[in-house]
Amino acid sequence: MRWHKIYGLSLRHLYLIKNSFPRVLDLFYWPCIQIVLWGFISKFFSMDSAYYSDAVGIILTAAILYDFLFRSSISYNMMFLEEIWSRNFTNLFIAPIRISEIIAALTLTAIIRTSIGLVPAALLAIPLFGVSVFDLGPPLFLLLLSLYIFGVTLGLLVTSGLIRFGPSFENIAWASLFFLAPLGCIYYPIEILPEWLQIISKMLPLVHIFEEMRSILINNTVNYFIIYKAISISSLYFLLGVIVFYLSYNGARIRGTLINIGE
Amino acid sequence: MKIEVKNLKKDFNKIFAVNDISFTVEKNKTIGLLGPNGCGKTTSIGMMLGLVKPTSGNILIDDQDINKIDKYSLLAKMNFASPYIELPKKLSVKQNLEIYARLYGVNNFNERISEISSDLGLDSFLNKKTGELSSGQKNRVSLAKSLINKPEVLFLDEPTASLDPDIGDFVRNYIEDYKSKNNITILLASHNMKEVERLCDSVIMMKKGKIIDSGTCDELIKNHGRINLEDTFLKIARSTNEVA
Repeated sequence: MRWHKIYGLSLRHLYLIKNSFPRVLDLFYWPCIQIVLWGFISKFFSMDSAYYSDAVGIILTAAILYDFLFRSSISYNMMFLEEIWSRNFTNLFIAPIRISEIIAALTLTAIIRTSIGLVPAALLAIPLFGVSVFDLGPPLFLLLLSLYIFGVTLGLLVTSGLIRFGPSFENIAWASLFFLAPLGCIYYPIEILPEWLQIISKMLPLVHIFEEMRSILINNTVNYFIIYKAISISSLYFLLGVIVFYLSYNGARIRGTLINIGE
Repeated sequence: MKIEVKNLKKDFNKIFAVNDISFTVEKNKTIGLLGPNGCGKTTSIGMMLGLVKPTSGNILIDDQDINKIDKYSLLAKMNFASPYIELPKKLSVKQNLEIYARLYGVNNFNERISEISSDLGLDSFLNKKTGELSSGQKNRVSLAKSLINKPEVLFLDEPTASLDPDIGDFVRNYIEDYKSKNNITILLASHNMKEVERLCDSVIMMKKGKIIDSGTCDELIKNHGRINLEDTFLKIARSTNEVA
């Protein structure tokens, strides 16, 4: 064993971290998010363990819906990342395709990728745990629609970052959804959050979606106003995502990054 | 299609990559864009393809400014090949060509894929994954993609870089033959001077973002008192003073 070789190879990885802020962010991001998320979950169960009469059913349904959001967003990002990884990016952007057509194609394909991933998992939960996401009834479609619009929006925002900052933004792509998990109140009611965080949470569609999911499963009541509110918030964010994407594209044209992205 | 570049400038953080260049490529002519690495060739091509926004100046393709009109109608008539960009490796050659034929709105694309595959000798690996091809095969596939829409303007960035002499010669022959049979304007960036002498009607020499000379290969060689284009290139690249 030669110390200078060990040091040399270590240095290669340390330089990589030093030269890339997203990589530094990635290092402390995950432990922080895990602590916050599991902290709120533990707090909820220690305060009110009798809240759920069917904890497994509700938690699994929440997990399936959250995974739907996760898959739709990641599918979107993955399709874009694959163009960067395969060095096909420039070919794509010199072809006569409008930005709106790129967004539409990615949005449509994301639903196929998401469904391929999620439908078997949702079906598997039925014989294994006796939990069916379909117990949510017709509102399930609207909840999924809202999640999908928001998932695609997150995909759009991360993709905008990839255009703006290049492949080093890839880590943010994976991290973006976990950032929202504690704020989205996926596994616990909003009351668990401190008041100031509740204000921020209510600006996200996730709180409304998951609160309504719990209400349907626990109380057997559907409040369509809340579901439509969630869809409206998701749609507003989607519009914002489209604007950010256009701005990033124009910014990349000014900075000249479209010509050598991935290198 | 005719290309007119007028007073084109592009700066990155106040450093000019392209500094006030103007030139015209007449319809159906081939122009060579030469210059040392970092002289602004790729940025210039990027601006002509609409990938890079100029700081100032105009790019007219058949009298239409690519930055002022709906560029997509022009992009449908243009294409680009470079060894530095690739096609998705997990897709077969045929799938890649089909996708780009669709993106460029090629009618009867199966017919077009068969035609171009036969011309470029892709038939034996048409169903093979692009990532499994040799660099010579990949290069031909890239060329096939760049011709899938029968472009009226073709940008070629070092089309024979990293190819062995045999395949390099095949590609040069093909470009020459294709040009003789089709109406096409070509802008070729290359470091292979023999290739430029063979394919180009005239040449633009760039250095540090500026055009420092232009003309036919013979004119440039004569003006600089050299024996061939490679020598002329070396003289220009190593000179400290710009040639007017």
